[in-house]
Amino acid sequence: MATVEKTKSVEKQKSDVVLNYFRPRKKLPSVWCAGCGNGIVMSALIRAIDKLGYSKDEVAMVSGIGCTSRMPIYLDFSALHTTHGRALAFATGIKFAKPHMKVIVITGDGDCLAIGGNHFIHACRRNIDITAILINNHIYGMTGGQGSPTTPSGSISTTTPYGNVEKNFDPCKLAEAAGASFVARGTVYHTPQLEKAITKALDHNGFSLVEVISNCHTYYGRLNRRGDAVSMLNAFKENSVTTAKAKKLSPEEMEGKFLIGTLHEDDRTEFCDEYQKVVDAHMGEK
Amino acid sequence: MVDTQRTLLLGNLAAVEGAIYAGMRFYAGYPITPSTEVAEGCSRELPKIGGRFIQMEDEISSIGAVVGASVSGMKAMTATSGPGFSLMQENIGYAYITETPCVVINVQRGGPSTGLPTKVSQSDTMQARWGPHGDYTAIVVAPSTVGDTVTETIRAFNLSERFRTPVVILMDEIIGHQRELISLPKPGEHQVINRVKATVPPEEFQPFRLTANGVSPMAAYGEGYRTISTGLTHDPMGFTTNEPKEIKVKLDKLRNKIMDFRSEITKLRVEMMDDAEIAFVSYGSVSRAVLLAVALARSAGVKVGLVQLYTVWPFPDNKLRDYCQKCQKIIVPELNMGQIVHEIRRVMPPDTEIHSLQRYDGEILTPMQILEKLEEVM
Amino acid sequence: MEHKLLDKIEVPHDRFEIRLSGSGGQGMILGSVILAEAIGVDYSKNVVQTQSYGPEARGGASKADVVVSTNEIYYPKAMQLDMLLCMTQESMDRYYADLHKDGVLIVDSGLVKNVPTETYYALPFTKIAREEAGHVMVANVVALGAIAAFTGIVSKEDLIDAVLKRAPRGTEEKNRTAVEIGYAEAMKVKKDPSRRAED
Repeated sequence: MATVEKTKSVEKQKSDVVLNYFRPRKKLPSVWCAGCGNGIVMSALIRAIDKLGYSKDEVAMVSGIGCTSRMPIYLDFSALHTTHGRALAFATGIKFAKPHMKVIVITGDGDCLAIGGNHFIHACRRNIDITAILINNHIYGMTGGQGSPTTPSGSISTTTPYGNVEKNFDPCKLAEAAGASFVARGTVYHTPQLEKAITKALDHNGFSLVEVISNCHTYYGRLNRRGDAVSMLNAFKENSVTTAKAKKLSPEEMEGKFLIGTLHEDDRTEFCDEYQKVVDAHMGEK
Repeated sequence: MVDTQRTLLLGNLAAVEGAIYAGMRFYAGYPITPSTEVAEGCSRELPKIGGRFIQMEDEISSIGAVVGASVSGMKAMTATSGPGFSLMQENIGYAYITETPCVVINVQRGGPSTGLPTKVSQSDTMQARWGPHGDYTAIVVAPSTVGDTVTETIRAFNLSERFRTPVVILMDEIIGHQRELISLPKPGEHQVINRVKATVPPEEFQPFRLTANGVSPMAAYGEGYRTISTGLTHDPMGFTTNEPKEIKVKLDKLRNKIMDFRSEITKLRVEMMDDAEIAFVSYGSVSRAVLLAVALARSAGVKVGLVQLYTVWPFPDNKLRDYCQKCQKIIVPELNMGQIVHEIRRVMPPDTEIHSLQRYDGEILTPMQILEKLEEVM
Repeated sequence: MEHKLLDKIEVPHDRFEIRLSGSGGQGMILGSVILAEAIGVDYSKNVVQTQSYGPEARGGASKADVVVSTNEIYYPKAMQLDMLLCMTQESMDRYYADLHKDGVLIVDSGLVKNVPTETYYALPFTKIAREEAGHVMVANVVALGAIAAFTGIVSKEDLIDAVLKRAPRGTEEKNRTAVEIGYAEAMKVKKDPSRRAED
């Protein structure tokens, strides 16, 4: 495992570090709306990768379909932009074929938890060393604001015009229950903490999930009268509670709030490591 | 010298032997009858040669993991049947558009839906060609014996690597579940083809560049090229495009890289066709019943022959026309309601009498049923 | 209906078709695999083994076929059996019709009571396995020994080699004994067909 090189961080935490990781010859701007949280997550991810000192060649970035899933195309890593919900399946193939690679999946709430829900729980169960960054904006953005598995009950979307009657997933609880060995939550407001969470996730050997609460002011915000990007980010600030602070709060005080920080960490054995033991034990047998 | 390599091998395990011979070192799959022994065989054999086997959560993720392994530089395969093949179509389409070599074995059973898990069928012939949505050209091969299964699996990998495309092997329950005594090929006995790798400096590399033969060299992940693969229609760099000109170039590439080499891809077994007045055209396990029927009919003085398609797709238009040009009548026995017969109608002159012989009750056509049909059309 | 073609056709007898039938758990499929491997020691012979799968193969009737020929075996399935082994009454009732009129019928006389012909061989394979070979599980191997004796399709030595290759460790002697007893009992019956009704 690469270790965090703290000496590098101050010098490189400027925006030029981010620019160093854009894919050559790729025309920008991105498909993302002005003020979208995806750019913030991308910056935090790049800074984490830079801090860990990964070479560009050892990183593979895999995505499915949705706004978030365009991220690998903009960055100078091996990129697999796959089918809707299936990123973790493809990523499993890359990681298992080349276990020394750092495999990062960029996904959204619809991609990961609806159509990709089965792949998600099984990647957690295997505890394969993939880092999934789930940008949760509570809605399908790319296709114009339809309800997702994290759309809160009662919220408006173009497919829940009278308010969502369904319950929503908590992806972190889901991941932990399914066996992921590192689970953290951040927001696009808390960027230094987000960068730290992603760094820890990348450095963890096993399946790691970082859920990032993000804003889709274009659809979720507008349909639910949450205002512009700035108002939504401010709401993330007000409604989030760190795991340390939460210990001091009563259930009443936690009402309507959500936790941020490392939510779960264990040292269960990793899938590729375990398979390698099988290979070592049976290599050369007839 | 006695050949000590002769072993009694199950058809499904012959596919494993062929794949390993061809260099397959990665298998991802989901168990489903009647293909399960392929997965079981890979789970046993691959660790012994440093390969990798993973049982995925479903068929969708199985082919996904196979593509992930292939872009990482490994020769990868999956196997399935019936409903599993339907589930795989989305990501087989992804492999077509991203030009990712991989092999998909479909040990056919009866359908639609769950259908007949333990019974033979050839009803996926058209699905193998047209399964994923959109425009592309498919390569599909069909063995008919356990021995064939070894060689056709090697050929499938070679075609897949050479043309940077997924290749489907259409087996069926009878081939998959029969055992035959065969000699396994020795090292060097068959050519093994590997994909053309990128050699130009990374800054000049275009992963989907249009080349003279249509096939672009490929760079594996982690080897300095940092390419993009996307299921969106893309330009030679792999960047997504909505430009009509670029879209057409990409789709033409998917077709032409295969169709320009059709005569090399197609493979047929031709038996007793020199003076044949009536031809059988078949593929897969049913060809063996036809072979016996043809031999018996010949012994009774009937001028009849067989053209067996080892390559089902692309369809061998010209070769079939050449071999059958003297035949006024063609009989097409299939274990379905008539699928490849439409291709034969398309290819042959309009005055050729073409008869479809169908069986779709889960059993194979017997030589006697084939002879009855022959008598009827004589 | 008059068949101009079919009436002229004579199926050349270049194939020997064997079926082992019984119920699930009697080892008919493994038996057929061992038999195919034993026959295959002779490189002049081609062998194809097939079996019934699925619900048909569970619990009720189970069958496995072995087709042997010195020529290329075109059609892999049995068409007219040259030999049929029946280890249950149900398999007897179900598959007798597939036996050629000159084919060899072998039954487990302890388990098959109604045989629709006078021409057959009978030995109590299961009882022999239990009482003489040491375990009821080797009834299929006793039957294989008998098949070698009755048909001559395979030598006893090649059969023993093939059985031992497949026998779980520690059961080699039991399996060898099973072949020997099956073979010896069958030779007695073959020489003196009047013995066949005895259990």
